[in-house]
Amino acid sequence: MKPIIKVENIGKQYRIGARQQAYSTLREALAGAVQAPLKRLQRNGSSDAVTIWALKNVSFEVRPGEVVGIIGRNGSGKSTLLKILSRITEPTTGRVELYGRIGSLLEVGTGFHPELTGRENIFLNGAVLGMRRNEIARKFDEIVAFAEIEKFLDTPVKHYSSGMYMRLAFAVAAHLEPEILLVDEVLAVGDAEFQTKCLGKMGAVAGEGRTVLFVSHNMTAVRRLCRRVIWLNDGEVVQAGETTQVIGDFLRRGAFSTLKKEWDDPSQAPGNDQVRLRSIAVTPAGGQIDGQFTVKTAIQLEAAIWNYLPGAVLNFSVVLSNIEGVAIFNTVSIERPFPAGLVRGSFLIPADFLNDDTYTIRLLIVKDTSVVLLDLADLLMLQVHDSERRINWYGKWVGAVRPSFDWELSTGD
Amino acid sequence: MNSAVSSDNLLTSHTPPLPDEPLFVVEARQSGISFHLKDFWIYRELLYFLIWRDVKIRYKQTLLGAAWAIIQPLLTMVIFTFIFGRVARIDSEGVPYPVFAYAALLPWTFFANAITTSGNSIVGSTHLITKVYFPRMIIPVSAVGAGLVDFAVALPMLAALMFYYHIPLTWNLLLFLPLVLLTTLLAIAVGLWLSAINVKYRDVKFAIPFLVQIWMYLSPVPYPSSVVPARWRTIYLLNPFVGIIDGYRAVLFARAIPWKEIGISLVLTLVLLFYAAYQFRKMEKSFADVI
Repeated sequence: MKPIIKVENIGKQYRIGARQQAYSTLREALAGAVQAPLKRLQRNGSSDAVTIWALKNVSFEVRPGEVVGIIGRNGSGKSTLLKILSRITEPTTGRVELYGRIGSLLEVGTGFHPELTGRENIFLNGAVLGMRRNEIARKFDEIVAFAEIEKFLDTPVKHYSSGMYMRLAFAVAAHLEPEILLVDEVLAVGDAEFQTKCLGKMGAVAGEGRTVLFVSHNMTAVRRLCRRVIWLNDGEVVQAGETTQVIGDFLRRGAFSTLKKEWDDPSQAPGNDQVRLRSIAVTPAGGQIDGQFTVKTAIQLEAAIWNYLPGAVLNFSVVLSNIEGVAIFNTVSIERPFPAGLVRGSFLIPADFLNDDTYTIRLLIVKDTSVVLLDLADLLMLQVHDSERRINWYGKWVGAVRPSFDWELSTGD
Repeated sequence: MNSAVSSDNLLTSHTPPLPDEPLFVVEARQSGISFHLKDFWIYRELLYFLIWRDVKIRYKQTLLGAAWAIIQPLLTMVIFTFIFGRVARIDSEGVPYPVFAYAALLPWTFFANAITTSGNSIVGSTHLITKVYFPRMIIPVSAVGAGLVDFAVALPMLAALMFYYHIPLTWNLLLFLPLVLLTTLLAIAVGLWLSAINVKYRDVKFAIPFLVQIWMYLSPVPYPSSVVPARWRTIYLLNPFVGIIDGYRAVLFARAIPWKEIGISLVLTLVLLFYAAYQFRKMEKSFADVI
């Protein structure tokens, strides 16, 4: 069958640093114009700005009615790809052919204005997303019913609870009727009940024979909705194919993670005259065979340092943060005096404690429980995956942690 | 809920055949000018909704709401009448100074507000520009459109002043609407250009108030254009707003239509408009990356 989306060799280059700042002031531009020739002399003619390729040689085709997932870690180019497909930004190289109307859902509630009422925002948001006025009017009741906001239709949305706001925003977007729908992570919002509803709606959209490109970190949702998956890494397609296969390889290769760092030569190791880092690593406790971490895996963290201060009273401190930078916990060892030489510390993060997310590890070495000798952030990055769920719900499990407590259930009085 | 979803299914479960030619092609834009007028037409309803939004929000958030559209030029008129009419005794060419000033202040207030809001409009719409596609020109153009609504609100005050000062109505008034159109085009031209360079140089935001102030005194708003000495006249007419205001006064006060001045203004406006649209289109492709 003929493809509805044909992507040929697209690439997107961004300039960073040197010549093009995010935006500049006139004064900087004038100063830059004066300095530029000088700089060129100094730098021996190679005044090229630092550029990065957010996407490189990406090609694929999507046939009508297909639901294709796009996965990859943060910064792998997923969002850039969607932005190019939805014509928000231009590719630097290559060409995309679209044989249908595109609706993009890169964020819910685009164009919502807090001062306007729910009713007014439905029309405004619909128009922003490319709907015609009569199309919006025709679907108005359906949108209101889906969002469950009948009573608040004429209330400015600034008075809405965040749940109501998200419901309304998703409801408008979900009633778009383009041939191609691009969806980015919108399912990560709202309460569990609403997420289920959103996934149901997405499934229904897919069932209608429309083409959907779905970018997500939620492997459970991707597994459920998509038959085919494209895996991006560093702007390139690593693998494209059948969902279970690609997701399996993606998880196995731990594409997200830095699980170990080690230095054999102290002169190369991070640190100072007092202490230097020798190694730090996380491993699944109990030797998980495929090397994946799931919410059911206990995780062992081990660090080793060279201590150059004989007799110093030291302790380890480890901060684990999620990918948004929110600290989940900070655990501190007891302090004790150590002779000069290697010092090791380790602890176990129990199973059924971390939620599925990407985490970073920061290590601090503290002297006399008050002086920070070493503070190294983002040393490791690990991805904790969702395990197969017993229950029939696939949304993102909310919460910074995901403990499994012993529930007592009873009936009667 | 379930039944709603499944009936939805029945209604739309057809897969239409694909067109032979792609509907859209996305690729690195080559050189050459295309103003995307077709796209602009497809998205005309969005233009309407954005104007409607701007007007609605302005009137919702303010205590006096629509009254501001009248108060702004009216209060300026009172101040001008005192300073230029009474103190400086500027010659208002046989027309009572208040209505003489208001006739210019009405289009000027529209123009000044329009270029200010549209000049800041792209930067103020980051959330739209990075998240959804539509022809970007719609944003500054809609800001000018919202100003036009204020203009319409303040218009009856002009009629009231003319009635109060017994100024007769003539067939000249037929030219009023074309003049409004010309003013609008000029506002769009300036607004497009300012809004685009504002993305790159945030200085524009601070420069606009001065631009507006200087431009007003370089235009015959508080005074008649006849006070400008003849030898400076040619240079003076390079300000496209001169022809516009001379036009408004001629139309309202039953004078000979200054065709030459209006013609110059029209040509300058069209040149500016094309230049601004070209520049806008050139800078537009990096909006989403830079903003």
